[in-house]
Amino acid sequence: MRRVAIVGAGITKFYRNAMETPKELAYEATKMALDSCEMKLSDIECVVHGTAPDAFDGIHMKGEYLSDGSGAYRKPYMRHYVGGGTGVLSPIHGWFHVASGMFDTCLVVAEEKMSSAYPHPAGAFLTIFDHTTEQPLYPTLIWIFAIEMNRFMTTWGYKKEDIALVAVKNKRNALDHPSAQLGAEITVKDVLDSEIMAWPVNRLDISPTSDGAAAIVLAAEHVARRVTEKPIWIDGVGWALDTAYWCTRDLYYPDYVEVASRQAYKMAGIKEPSKEIHIAEPYDPFTYKELHHIEGLQLCKRGGSVQMLLDGVTQRTGNLPCCPSGGALGVGNPIAATGLMKVMEIFLQLRGEAGNRQVPGRPTCGLAQAWGDLMQVGTVVVMRS
Amino acid sequence: MIVTPSPTLPPLRGRESLPAGRQGWGDGGETMALIERFQKTTDITYWEGQIPMSYIYTVGRAGEKFFRELINGKVLGTKCDACNTIYVPAKIFCEKCFARLEDHYLDVGTKGTVHTFTECYETYEGIRKEKPSIVSVIQIDGTQGYLVHWLGEVDFEKVYIGMPVEAVFKPKKDREGNILDIKYFKPTK
Amino acid sequence: MEITEKMVAKTATKLSAEEIQKGEILSVKWTPKLRYAWDNGPAIGRYLAELKNGKIIAKKCDKCHRIMIPPRMFCELCWVPTGEWIYVKDTGIVNTWVVSYVDWKAGRLDIKGGVRPFTPAVIEIDGASKGMGILHHLNEVDPWKIYRGMKVKAVWKSPEERAGAITDIKYFKPL
Repeated sequence: MRRVAIVGAGITKFYRNAMETPKELAYEATKMALDSCEMKLSDIECVVHGTAPDAFDGIHMKGEYLSDGSGAYRKPYMRHYVGGGTGVLSPIHGWFHVASGMFDTCLVVAEEKMSSAYPHPAGAFLTIFDHTTEQPLYPTLIWIFAIEMNRFMTTWGYKKEDIALVAVKNKRNALDHPSAQLGAEITVKDVLDSEIMAWPVNRLDISPTSDGAAAIVLAAEHVARRVTEKPIWIDGVGWALDTAYWCTRDLYYPDYVEVASRQAYKMAGIKEPSKEIHIAEPYDPFTYKELHHIEGLQLCKRGGSVQMLLDGVTQRTGNLPCCPSGGALGVGNPIAATGLMKVMEIFLQLRGEAGNRQVPGRPTCGLAQAWGDLMQVGTVVVMRS
Repeated sequence: MIVTPSPTLPPLRGRESLPAGRQGWGDGGETMALIERFQKTTDITYWEGQIPMSYIYTVGRAGEKFFRELINGKVLGTKCDACNTIYVPAKIFCEKCFARLEDHYLDVGTKGTVHTFTECYETYEGIRKEKPSIVSVIQIDGTQGYLVHWLGEVDFEKVYIGMPVEAVFKPKKDREGNILDIKYFKPTK
Repeated sequence: MEITEKMVAKTATKLSAEEIQKGEILSVKWTPKLRYAWDNGPAIGRYLAELKNGKIIAKKCDKCHRIMIPPRMFCELCWVPTGEWIYVKDTGIVNTWVVSYVDWKAGRLDIKGGVRPFTPAVIEIDGASKGMGILHHLNEVDPWKIYRGMKVKAVWKSPEERAGAITDIKYFKPL
C-alpha cells in the first residue's frame, strides 16, 4: 500500500440557514481546497463524497445531485455515509482509492444542508429508530444522547458542572475559527442555566444544526512531494460499527471507538496513544461526547476523562489539546462536514498554519475521530507531519 | 406543512397474513432457515408508518438571479470563456473546469429547439391523467443549456426533434419566481 | 496556507428563518408523500402478536444462551439462527433515563403550563439476559426521582384497545 498525504483543504462558513444550494456550498469548499494547493480540476483523478441522509436535504440521491459541485463531472465517483462519522470516513474512503495504487489524486468533499428540512432537521431522525419497536414512541435523537450521557454520568459519578467545561472550552476556541457559527465566551453557569432540552442535556450542551461544506485533496507520495513542502501523511485509519440494538449495549463506554482506534494505532505503529498523540479532535456534538470519546480512544484510562479536563490537559496550551478548532460545539455541526472540518484542523495544526488556534510545541502526530448513526460507528484517522 | 399519520388513509397492504399452507413456528428448537416460513393468522406481518418531513429548498445564489429574471420574462445563463460553454439555468461555476462564473450572467433569450420529447399519460404517483401532456427537453438557442418543460399549443403528432419553440410566460402579475412562471413552450412560426 | 476570515466570508450567505418563511428569499416548498409498509419478519411479527395478548416474548440463542429481546431470527454475535421462544416478565429495571422537555420535532413542551416532561428510559426486562433492554416511557413517577436500578412494571392498555404494537404497553411505572 502506498503512502497518502493530505495536500490541500477548503471550507465554507457554517450557518444555521445558508442561501446557497448544496451544489454551490460544495463548489465553494472544493474550489478553496484546489486553490490552496494550486491544483486544477483536471489534476484530480477521482472524487469521494460524504453526505448525510437524503432526508435532510429532501433530495433523493443527493450525492449524485451534488457531484458536479464536488468536481465529479465525468470522473470516478463514490458516495459514502455513516451518520456523523461520515466526515472522518471521508478521508478513509479517499485514502484507499489512492493507497491501492488505482489513483494518484483524490478529492474528498463533505457537504450538508440541513436547513431545508421542516419542521426541524431533528425530525428527520425519527426514522433512524426501529420503525416498529421504537418509532411509535416518537423518540428524538436528543433523547438517546441524553440517555447515553446519563449512563455515562451515573457510571462514573461525573457532574454536569464538570462536563459543561467542554462547552466553555470549545466555544472559546471557536472564536478563532473563521468558519465558526457559535464561537462565544460563556461560563459553566451559562451552560447550566440554559434551557433544558432533555435532562441531563441543556441547550448549550448541544451543537447546532448547520449548513456547510469542507473539502480536502489527497495525493500519493510522489505527487504530494511535488505539490507541497508540507504534506501531512495519513498514517493510520480505523473504522468500526456496533450493534443497532442500542438498548442492549452498556452505553457508558464507546466500544466502537476503541475498536476503530486500535485499528488506526496498529497501522500507525502507535503503542501508547496518550503519549504519542500530540493533538486530538474527538467528535463533540454534545459536551459529554468529547469525554466519552477521549476514553474510547484510550487517550486516558476509563473514568479519567473529566480529571483530564479539570487539570487543563485538553486546553490548547495543555499536554493533549482536544478540539483546538472549537469542535462541533463552537464551529457548527453540518453532519458530514464536521468530521472533515476536524481532519482539516489537524492538517493545519501539523503544518503550523492554524493561525490564532495554533497549539504551541510543534505537534507532529494528530488524530481526528467521528461518531454517528444510532450511536454505532467510530471512525479514526491518525496523521503525521 | 407537516404530514401527520392519518387514521383515515387506506392501509397500504390489504392482508394481515400470508396464505395458509406454510409451516409453523419451529418452536421445538429446530433450526430454521432465515427465509420466512411462518404463518398463523395472529401474526402482525407489517407495520405502517411514514417519514413526516417537508422541505423548503432555497434556490441559491445563481437561482436568486435566474428566477427573479423569470419574473421579468427573461432567461439567464452564465458563460465559461475557457470552455466556451453557456449554462442554462445560470450556475455560479463551470462543472468542467471549475471556473467561477458569477460575473458572466447573460440574457439568453426565450427561444429554443426541441432536443427530445415524450407524452405523459400518468402522474408521478401513477394516476392516469385526464389529458396526456407533452414534456420536452428544450435546448436554449445559442447555449449548451437545457430546460425541461411542457409543450403547448401543438398536437403531439406535429412535434419533432429540432422543432423551434419559444417560451410562453404567465401574465406578469402571476409570476412568482419559479420555473412554472413559464407556462409552456410553443412552436415558433 | 492559513484559512482566513476573508477567504471564508463570501463562501456562504447567512439567512434568517423569517426571510425564508416570508418569501423574501426565493424557495420551493415541497411535502413528499413518504408512506411505508415495513415487513416485520417472523420475530417482530410474533413479538407484536404477543404484545396484543398482554405478554412479552423473547428468543434464545442456543450457542451463547442469550435470551434476547426484541426477539430476532438470528443471533448477531454467534451468527446462527436462534432457537426457542421464551416468555419473559413485564417487569424490569431502569438502565438509564432522560427527562425531556422537547418532542420528536424539537418542539418545546409547555412545562410551565403544567405539561409533564417525557421520561423515556432503557428498561432491562426481567427474564431476558442481563443488559437486554427496550426503549419505553416511564410515567406515574416524579421525573426527578427516577434512579438507575429502579424497579418498574408495565402498565398495559385494556385488551380491547390493544392493537399489536409496542404502544400496547402504555408506559412502565415504579413497583
